[in-house]
Order: sequence, then structure tokens, then C-alpha cells
Amino acid sequence: MSTPRRVYMDHAAGRPVEPRVLEAMLPYMKSSYGNPSSLHSFGQETKRAVEEARTKVVELIGAEKKESVIFTSGATESNNMAIKGVASRNKDRGTRIITSSVEHMSVVNSCKFLTTKGFETVFLPVDRYGSVNLESLEKELTDKTVLVSIVYANSEIGTIEPIREISKIVHCKNAYLHVDATAACGQIPVNLKDEGIDLLTVSSNDMYGPRGIGALYIREGVRLEPLFHGGGQEKGLRSGTENVASIVGFGKAAEIAKKEIPAESQRLINLRDKLIEGLTKPIPYAFLNGHPTKRLPDNVSVRYSFIEGESMLLSLEMMGVAVSSGSACTSKTLEPSHVLLATGLKHEEAHGSLMFTLGRQNTEEEVDYTISLMPDIVRRLRAMSPLTPKELNE
Amino acid sequence: MMYTEKVMDHFKNPRNMGEIPDADGVGTVGNPVCGDLMTIYIKVKDNRLEDIKFKTFGCGSAIATSSMITELAKGKTLEEGLKITRANVADSLGGLPAVKMYCSNLAADALHAAIEDYYKKHKDEKEMKK
Repeated sequence: MSTPRRVYMDHAAGRPVEPRVLEAMLPYMKSSYGNPSSLHSFGQETKRAVEEARTKVVELIGAEKKESVIFTSGATESNNMAIKGVASRNKDRGTRIITSSVEHMSVVNSCKFLTTKGFETVFLPVDRYGSVNLESLEKELTDKTVLVSIVYANSEIGTIEPIREISKIVHCKNAYLHVDATAACGQIPVNLKDEGIDLLTVSSNDMYGPRGIGALYIREGVRLEPLFHGGGQEKGLRSGTENVASIVGFGKAAEIAKKEIPAESQRLINLRDKLIEGLTKPIPYAFLNGHPTKRLPDNVSVRYSFIEGESMLLSLEMMGVAVSSGSACTSKTLEPSHVLLATGLKHEEAHGSLMFTLGRQNTEEEVDYTISLMPDIVRRLRAMSPLTPKELNE
Repeated sequence: MMYTEKVMDHFKNPRNMGEIPDADGVGTVGNPVCGDLMTIYIKVKDNRLEDIKFKTFGCGSAIATSSMITELAKGKTLEEGLKITRANVADSLGGLPAVKMYCSNLAADALHAAIEDYYKKHKDEKEMKK
């Protein structure tokens, strides 16, 4: 019997570690174990490795060498550090925080937490594609605003936000701009200088590095309170002995991403567009979520009326294809995705959403296979659903 | 996989799926806003559930519990049907994930609603004859 076919299209949830990354990490799990804070050669060896990795991340995001890129345990910590750290250190500049309604939960909940500490948080509305409404940003941006935090591109619906325009508006006032580039960085070119970003969250696994490591870029002159207090590593902003092997892996992943973004993003865009067309055109009442063109190369988010996402996910799983759904049934809170709801979808539409996120190992043949499965899955579940109009089942 | 083999079997091959156009009782519970909506149709003969069918919008466990209750209820008396609980359905499927126990385990409620609907219609018919 042949092994059952397995197709992984859930890269936003987790990515494999690139073999070249693993190779780079291994020496720091085996033979190089000095503490980078130690003065002897064992320590200096790992310190050098950490600084080389930092340079690679700096180069990927277009920062300058002397600027601060602080290694953290991942995007959640970076987002927490940026938002809570800037807010609590700069209370004298203002107590208003502005974010959007399509943010990652680590941004949403950090902002909500701050409302218990004397800050007010505004969640900006988005249009039906998930793009932040710039007029409402202008309207809400007061002199008392200390921080604006906007996602570079949302991983659920793929929409890329107009960061350049947002930055121009934010910097008319005295506020800082934090950008969560977790899903974007490594997939599309991100350039701090051109885009006027004060703080940037970057994640390692999202560019095929190891999990549990990320970074926060902090523009020179931006003051922030650390989350962790201790031995003063990472310029005193993130105490704790450096996770050297993971940092080295992250650096290698950044180096590869920088080199391979142009070719790989074009390849993914071709696969993405083929998948979008194949999943929506042949099936009635099938729609694309998110922006049709201002969109991450890896993201395909679609919805089918009258049926529910988890039952589609299970049906695909039975055929070996792994995806995510926007339905309540796949979340811990039993609420459908807040991102999908923010784009104006009704609850039952959000429940009927599926997210396919592509990656380096996906092939055109896998895309064709996935497309070939969907009509039967949708037909079968619609035949079962009391919501389906009669004529669709005939 | 988070579901038991039994759940997946009912999801893959649902029993008694469909509608009964001239049903004696129909019960609908849930709400598409919450992600689950199920309708149970029953045909009653000599106080027994002679036929039963379902239609469900919802996740894997919503579909599996709908299918399972039709198996549990078919051929039973109306009183026996009313005694089938959510827990009976979950147990017969070899258990459901904790998070699904409440939201997607509505099949027993739908069956009870269908039987109540039958009683109500039946009572009306009796009264009309009087």
C-alpha cells in the first residue's frame, strides 16, 4: 500500500525549519556552549555568533548596524514588549493607544491590558478587504496618543496594510509607530527607513527559522520599559542568557530570506492566484476573503456559503490536506475569527471560511490536487445543510 | 485527530441524512450565528419513531451527533426517544472533545423538539376531531 498523501497548507500556523538553518544551529547545541556574557574564548565565540545573527536580521529589515534589534522569545513577546514597554515608559507623552481591529491577539490583549493601567485604546475599523481606515486614524490621532500599533499584513486574510501612509499620518503627531511584521517579514520586502517605522516585530519561524525566537527593532531614541529584569542582556532591554542556537538559526533564516524573497515570492504569488481561482471560480457562492492584490504571497482565504469551516477542514484532512478554518469550532473561545468579523462578514460567513497558507515546499501539483478536492467536499456538506437553497442541491 | 474513530465514521458516512417531506414532527435547534444548526424530521407510527432523518449545518461533531441520534432513536417509542440525552449521544460516539460537549452536541435537543412538535400537532388534530 502506498503511503497516504500529505499536503501541508497551514504555514501561517507553523513552518518547518529550513535544513540550512538547522545545519547552522547544530554547532551551538553541540560544541559551542559558552555564555555570550563570559569574557573567555568560549563566551566570545558565542557572542560573535549572536552579533553575526543580529547583523543578518538588521540587514533583512533595512535597519542600521548601530540600531537596536533585541532578540526575544518570539512575536508575542515582541508585541508585548513594544506596546507595554513604550506605553509605560512614555506616559508623559500621552495615554492613548491606537491599534486596528485586525491585529494578532498578542497586540489586542496587550492593548486591552493597558486599559486597566490608565490608558485608553482605540481599535480602528477596516474596510471589507481588511485595510485600515486612514480617515478614522486621522480622526482618532490626538496629541495625547503615545503609540499606534498596526499589523504589516494580517496572516489570516493576507491583506497588506498601507504602512507608508499610516506612518505619515502618525508622525504628524508626537506618537510612535509600532508595526507587527510577523507574517510579512521574510515573505515580502520590509524596509524600516522608507516606511518610517519606529518599532518592528519580527518572527523567526515565519521565515523558516526555529520557533521560540523573534526580535524587536527599536529606532534610536525610542525609550521603553523592559518586560524582563535581570542580568541586563540585550542592552538591558531583555535580560536572560541568550538562546544562542535559536538566535543563530534565526540569523541564517533571515539571510536566506533576504536572498530568496524575490524569486520565492513570485513563485508563491503564481501558486496563490491559481489556488484562489481554482477554489472559487468553479463553485457557486464561493468568495475570497481579504484584498485581491494587496495580499501576502502565501495567503489564500476563502469562504463558502451554507456550510461550516471545521467540517470542510476535516474533509480536506481526510484527503491529506492540512489547512486552518476561521470558524468558532477551531478556536478556544468558540467565537469566529475577530479579523473576519472586522471585515464586515456575518458570523455564519466567518464560520464558513478556510485559510490555506502556502510555503516553500508546496508545488503546483499539490495546488492542483487541492483544487480538485473542493467541489465534492462543498457539494457533500451543502447537501447536508439545512441552509442550502434547494436549487443548489439539484 | 481530535475526534474518535466513531465520530469520524459518522462524519464520513452519515446515517439517515436528508429530509422527510411529509414529516409528522420537525425539530430545529441551534443558530447559524453560533456555527451549528440542526433539523430532525420524524415519521411516527403506532407511537414509534418509524423513520428519522436529519439536516445539519455545523462542525464535524455536530454532523456526527446528528447522525448518531438517528441511529439511537430509530424504532424507539416516543417516550424512549425523549429519554435519550446529550450524554448518551456523546458516549455512543466514544466521547467528544470537552470544548464540543455543549455547543455541538445539540442532537438530543433537536430530537426532543421534533417529538414535542409531533405531540403538539397530534393534540391539535385530536381536538379538531372533537
